[in-house]
Amino acid sequence: MIIETRGLGKRFGSVLALRDVSMGVAAGEVTCVLGDNGAGKSTLIKILSGMHRHDTGSYLVDGREVRFSSPREALDRGIATVYQDLAMIPLMSVWRNFFLGSEPRKGLAFDVARARRVAREELAAMGIDIRDVDQPVGTLSGGERQSVAIARAVHFGARVLVLDEPTSALGVKQAGVVLRYIARARDRGLGVVFITHNPHHAYPVGDRFLLLNRGSPLGLYARDDITPQELTRLMAGGAELDELAHELRRE
Amino acid sequence: MTARVDERIAPVGPVRRLLIRPELGAVVGLVAVFTFFAVQSPVFRSADGIANWLDPAATLGIMAVAVALLMIGGEFDLSAGVLTGTSGLILVTLATRFGFDVWTAMLVGLVVALAVGFANGVVVTRTKLPSFIVTLGTFLMLQGVNLGVTKAVTGTVQVSGLRRADGYEGAAAVFAGTIDVGGTSFRVAILWWILVTAVATWVLVRSRPGNWIFAVGGDEQAARAVGVPATRTKIALFMTTAFAAWLVGSILALRYTSVQANIGIGQEFIYIIAAVIGGCLLTGGYGSAVGAAIGAVIFGMADKGIVFLGWDADWFTFFLGAMLLLATLANRLVRRYAEEVRH
Repeated sequence: MIIETRGLGKRFGSVLALRDVSMGVAAGEVTCVLGDNGAGKSTLIKILSGMHRHDTGSYLVDGREVRFSSPREALDRGIATVYQDLAMIPLMSVWRNFFLGSEPRKGLAFDVARARRVAREELAAMGIDIRDVDQPVGTLSGGERQSVAIARAVHFGARVLVLDEPTSALGVKQAGVVLRYIARARDRGLGVVFITHNPHHAYPVGDRFLLLNRGSPLGLYARDDITPQELTRLMAGGAELDELAHELRRE
Repeated sequence: MTARVDERIAPVGPVRRLLIRPELGAVVGLVAVFTFFAVQSPVFRSADGIANWLDPAATLGIMAVAVALLMIGGEFDLSAGVLTGTSGLILVTLATRFGFDVWTAMLVGLVVALAVGFANGVVVTRTKLPSFIVTLGTFLMLQGVNLGVTKAVTGTVQVSGLRRADGYEGAAAVFAGTIDVGGTSFRVAILWWILVTAVATWVLVRSRPGNWIFAVGGDEQAARAVGVPATRTKIALFMTTAFAAWLVGSILALRYTSVQANIGIGQEFIYIIAAVIGGCLLTGGYGSAVGAAIGAVIFGMADKGIVFLGWDADWFTFFLGAMLLLATLANRLVRRYAEEVRH
């Protein structure tokens, strides 16, 4: 396991946002975190990415306990988080965005030729089919932007990618594209924590599934131990869905 | 990847690529305005004429380029015009009333100007107030100081007599002299303007801070999130504008050897207009230094061209307004293209 949590908990005032969460991700694996709104997914990501500190339990990176005080610290340990609202500037070109904040230098200058070339190569290595690295990021589709953000994290040495609902705002085709890049990142040996509320997106790429409900884990399943139907049922709250179906049936 | 041709590249083509260059509108305007005046006035298209209209373009251009960088970084500076006056007043006052030699007086002017720029930057970045308001405050305060101090020192609203100060000859040659090219004398300010434009362009497109300038103007939060030093970048931009104001203020003071206490007032908008004609978006994150320099040339041409044609100079502001409107419309198209999301 690259990162692992044991009995992780977090409270905000009197609200127990997260209770007793144990999960982990190994190199070349995808751990999916599933849950409905308010399940504690965001709180979990924020702890993993160094934005919040946990109150109880432990958070281990490479088997050693850590308490990050900023996202920068997590990033320095190779844990990169790609948020839904991506840190990209729409009017700037793909390659300028790719290296923003970490521009390669050549003497005093920004090594523009290298930035262009590396951006193109990294995107190609991820199988990302960007028409032209000179185009403004604003002209990319949502899926392409996610893909560029993922490729950027991979290039800057991420060992674990934490992806916050990367497919939720996307159409079916676009979501498929992003899932392919998640698989590609996994094949390159990265650990991926994939947060989603869509079991149909999680099942095809996931190795492990952590289900959260109202801040508590409903269970951690390996792929072989659960069928997509069961996953969907658990996600939707199982019995509640039957009840709803019953209620909605025509008399 | 390089050898592969993507079938989707074709419709984007060279035309569209050219269209998204920020300078395009300014270049079209430049050709149109030059043709308009050159056809009607032989003086306008002569070497002497060109030297004549390049001069106002140069002093305006130095400011427009600095203001363009600041606008790309997402901020305005309304105090830039008055600051040219402040710098000039400090230079002439210290050199004529307090026995400073010209070079030392210029150095003091530079320190004061940079301090004003630094203060603008710090207040804007700390308080998160719109720079429009913050620098409007600076503008009014400097206007008061310029008049108040000048009156207190001289009893009039101008200081003069710089020619008699120590070191005037040398400084005037560097900042206010002329250069002979093929029998026509061009103002040395034109060289300063070209230098400023070249350096600004290099910084903008070929340096790390250039990338940060686009980023803080485009989306400051996103820029911070990836580690761009947004506060430092913005403060540096305000100080760059202040530096340009000092340079222009010194050039003008050395050229005319006297400075009116109300000089520079109203110029701040001309700088912004030149930058916008040059392709800068008012909302930041987009624009070019070369564009702003071309915007300044258009101004210089119209300013002198109207005189060459024997028209009433009042028509200048009408022209100004029309150019601004056209440029803003052109810029809006560019932005719409750049930001449209394709699925």
